[in-house]
Amino acid sequence: MNAIELRGLRKTYGAHAAVDGIDLTVRQGEIFALLGPNGAGKTTTVEILEGHRGRDDGKVSVLGVDPARAGRDWRARIGIVLQTATDAAELTVAELVRHFAGYYPRPRDPETVIDQVGLTDKAGARIRTLSGGQRRRVDVALGIIGSPELVFLDEPTTGFDPQARHQFWELIRALAADGTTILLTTHYLDEAEALADRVAVLAGGRIVAEDTPAGLGGRATAEATVHWLAADGPHEVRTPTPTSLIARLAGGGELPELRVSRPSLEDVYLNLIGDAR
Amino acid sequence: MTTTALRSTALPSTLNLGLARGGLELREFFRRKEMVIFTFSMPALLLLLLGSIEHQQYAGQLLTAGMIAAGVVSTSFVSIGVGIALDREDGALKRLRGTPMPASAYFVGKLVLVLVSSLAEVVLLLVIGTLVFGVHLPSTGADWLTLAWVFLLGVIGATMLGIAASSLTRSARSAPAVLNVLFLVLEFISGIFVVPITDLPAWMVRAASVFPVKWLAQGFRSVFLPGNLKVLEAAGQWELPKTALILGAWCVAGLVLCLLTFRWTNRRAG
Repeated sequence: MNAIELRGLRKTYGAHAAVDGIDLTVRQGEIFALLGPNGAGKTTTVEILEGHRGRDDGKVSVLGVDPARAGRDWRARIGIVLQTATDAAELTVAELVRHFAGYYPRPRDPETVIDQVGLTDKAGARIRTLSGGQRRRVDVALGIIGSPELVFLDEPTTGFDPQARHQFWELIRALAADGTTILLTTHYLDEAEALADRVAVLAGGRIVAEDTPAGLGGRATAEATVHWLAADGPHEVRTPTPTSLIARLAGGGELPELRVSRPSLEDVYLNLIGDAR
Repeated sequence: MTTTALRSTALPSTLNLGLARGGLELREFFRRKEMVIFTFSMPALLLLLLGSIEHQQYAGQLLTAGMIAAGVVSTSFVSIGVGIALDREDGALKRLRGTPMPASAYFVGKLVLVLVSSLAEVVLLLVIGTLVFGVHLPSTGADWLTLAWVFLLGVIGATMLGIAASSLTRSARSAPAVLNVLFLVLEFISGIFVVPITDLPAWMVRAASVFPVKWLAQGFRSVFLPGNLKVLEAAGQWELPKTALILGAWCVAGLVLCLLTFRWTNRRAG
C-alpha cells in the first residue's frame, strides 16, 4: 500500500482553481518533497491530505483512508508538524511532550523523543524561553510523539541557522530510516535536495515535474558547462559530453580553475515554475 | 484480541483527556502571574471602591453579591472568550486539531479551568464581603444548595457564551476589547454597580432580564442577604424558579451557539 495516493484532486475557490487536477503517489517510507512558489497550491493540497480541508473532486487515500471521512484512529497514525505555532508559552518542554503523549494509543517515550530532538538540556525550561530553532524542535517532538506512520512537515527549517538545519536534517533522516513516511513542503531547494527521495514541483495548482532531486527537469542528462583558465583567459564550453572534452583538454597538462557544472536544482526549479506561469 | 478491539481499547477516553487538558490549562493559567492578579483583583478592587462610596444600609452586601456574579462572569465568559481567541491565534487549536484528541476533551478542559478559577474568585470576594461588608455565609442547607446551582448554571452558561463569543472576534488582539464592552454594558444594566437594582430605570432592568448576569446576581443576593431584603428586587421577590429557568435556558442556547459558531482557525474554513 502507498502512504499517499491522489488522483485528479481539485479544489476551487470561486472561479480560481487552487488545486487543478493533481495526481500524486508517495510510497511508504520515502521522504517526498513538495516544492512550489506561494500560491501554487501546496498548502491547500497538504491541508486536504491532513483532513483539514474539503475537496471538490478527485480520489484521496492517506494510509488507505479518505481523510475527509477519517476518525480518531486515523489521526493517531499521522503526525503534523506546524509551521507557526507559538502556543503553550508557560509550560515546560517535558510537560507539553508528556501531555501530548497521552493523546495517542501507542506513544513514543517522551524522554526519548526529547532527546532525539536534542532538547534534553531544555526539558525543564518554559517554552517561552526557547530560541526559534528550539521551538521548532518542540513542534517536531509533538509531531512524532504518537509514533506516526506518516509525518507532514511544513517549511520545517524556516529561521534556522545552518548548524541547526543540519541537525534537523539528521533527525528527519533518522525518522525515515525507522520507516516513517515524510511529506515535506519547503521553499529551500537545498533542503529538498539533501533530504528528499523524490520531489514534485507545483505551479498554478498543477504538478509540473516529478522526479528524484538529481533527475528533476532532465537535470542528470542536461548539457554540462566546462570552465577552465587557459593562457589566453577563461574558457567556457557547453557540451553534452563533458568527460571526453576534458580528456582531450587534459592532453595539454594541468587545467587551472577546471570546473564542470550542471544546472542547479534552483535553475531547473525557476525554469519549471517560469514555464508554468 | 482482534485489531478492532485493540484499537478501541487503546485510544484514551474523552473524559480522561478532558481532565488531563484541564490540569494543563490550570497550570498555564496560574503561571501567567500578571493575568491571574488582574483577573482576580479587578472585581475585588471594584467591590472595595464601590463599597467605600455607597453608604446606604446593606449597600456593601448588595454590592458583594453582585460583584460575585460579575466576578464569575469575568472568569468564565471573558476569560474563555479571550482564551480561545488566543488559542486560535497562537496555533494551539490548530495543533490540537491535528491530533486524535476529540474537540469535546478540549471543552471539558476549558470547563475545568473555568470552574476552578471561578470558585477561587467567589472565595476571594466572599472573604472581602464577610470581613469588610458584614456579609454572612449561608446558614441553611437550602441556601448552600441554591448557591451551588446558581453558580454551576451561571458558570456553564457563561462559558458556553464565551466560547461562542470567541468566534465573533476577528483576532486575539481585539477579543478583550470586544468581550469587555459587552460585559461592562451587561454589568451596568444588571444592577451590579448601582444598588439596589430598583434604582435603575425600569426599561433597563427589563432589557437586563433577558441576559444571565441579572439573574446570577439575584440568585447570589437570595443566598447572601437577609430574606426581608427581597423587597429591594425589581419584582419584590427572589424569583428562584424563574432564575433557574433563565440560567438553564442560556446554558442550552449557549451550547447551540457554540456548535453553530465554533471555528478551529481564524480563516473562514473553505
